[in-house]
Amino acid sequence: MRFLKQLLVILGVTFAGEALHAFLPLPVPASIYGLALMFVCLCLKIFPLRAVEETGNFLVDWMPALFIPATVGVMAAWDVLQPVLVQVALIMCLSLAAVMAVSGRVTQWALRRRGKHKKEDNRHA
Amino acid sequence: MHELLTGSVYFGVLLSLGTFGVGTWLKKKFHSPLCNPLLISVVLTILVLLALDIDYDTYYQGAHYINYFLTPSTVCLAIPLYRQLSLLKKNWRAILAGIASGVLTSLVCVLALSALLGLDHRMYVTLLPKSITSAIGMGVAEELGGLPTITVAVIILTGILGAMIADGLYRLLGITEPIAKGVGLGTSAHAMGTAKALEMGEIEGAMSSLSIAVAGVFTVVGASVFAMFY
Repeated sequence: MRFLKQLLVILGVTFAGEALHAFLPLPVPASIYGLALMFVCLCLKIFPLRAVEETGNFLVDWMPALFIPATVGVMAAWDVLQPVLVQVALIMCLSLAAVMAVSGRVTQWALRRRGKHKKEDNRHA
Repeated sequence: MHELLTGSVYFGVLLSLGTFGVGTWLKKKFHSPLCNPLLISVVLTILVLLALDIDYDTYYQGAHYINYFLTPSTVCLAIPLYRQLSLLKKNWRAILAGIASGVLTSLVCVLALSALLGLDHRMYVTLLPKSITSAIGMGVAEELGGLPTITVAVIILTGILGAMIADGLYRLLGITEPIAKGVGLGTSAHAMGTAKALEMGEIEGAMSSLSIAVAGVFTVVGASVFAMFY
């Protein structure tokens, strides 16, 4: 019963996300509205974490498996992809490494800069 | 036999989850970044479908039931994020700076490389949303006149590749802060990156889920501007 109740809450929030997607004219998908709604509900204590936690953890753990059918779709898109395969693969690999490196380094730099300021503040005080 | 396989609603699901199970088992056994369960599952599934002469549409009729859980799962990414609320409050400036710089890098890279390699406009806008979650990326590609099927394929392959290279790249660049690791993975490799980040730790996973949502929204705005450049 516990899992059923948790699933109900999660599906409720998901449905509310779909409703927002239907009524707001922004190019934001239902899943992201749902993510934001779930976060807001937890922050405002509309329901406690334990009302969704176990089922939610299960769904998050299994997430990679949910992409299998869409990825197998490469099979169906092969004819369009094949002529530009080398270029697309090159762009994919290079920009992936660049994005991961830049966002990771910038975040670390900003975190440490802040950390240093704090230490200096402490010294002044 | 062939009729049974193409007529069954469960065959596609069984094949997908079964091959994923094989991938998970191989990963536990070998601990190699090459043993990515999703990649193994996709390759095995395609091989089986080709061997049994079953086309994608037939497979998808059964397998698409798996997609049903994708939206609720994305919604549940809010749970690890909520558990790290205090960390988020304290470091939101650094996190936002990291995500914004990553999104800009992605758009600039795709623009520069598309021009360099002589891709046409349609292919360029198809690739623009390649670092964000497929739910948003597909919509962006469609909106800009790209090819959503290719966008989804590239997005997911980017995710798998991102999960595979993360450990090595972070070691190479000396990225050790859990928050920075999470932001890097979420911004560059969306949900698959987040699955990898959750393996690294709870903080990494939470920051990565946050990055998916924020990078997605930034890219919606950024891509529509960048679409006009080439």
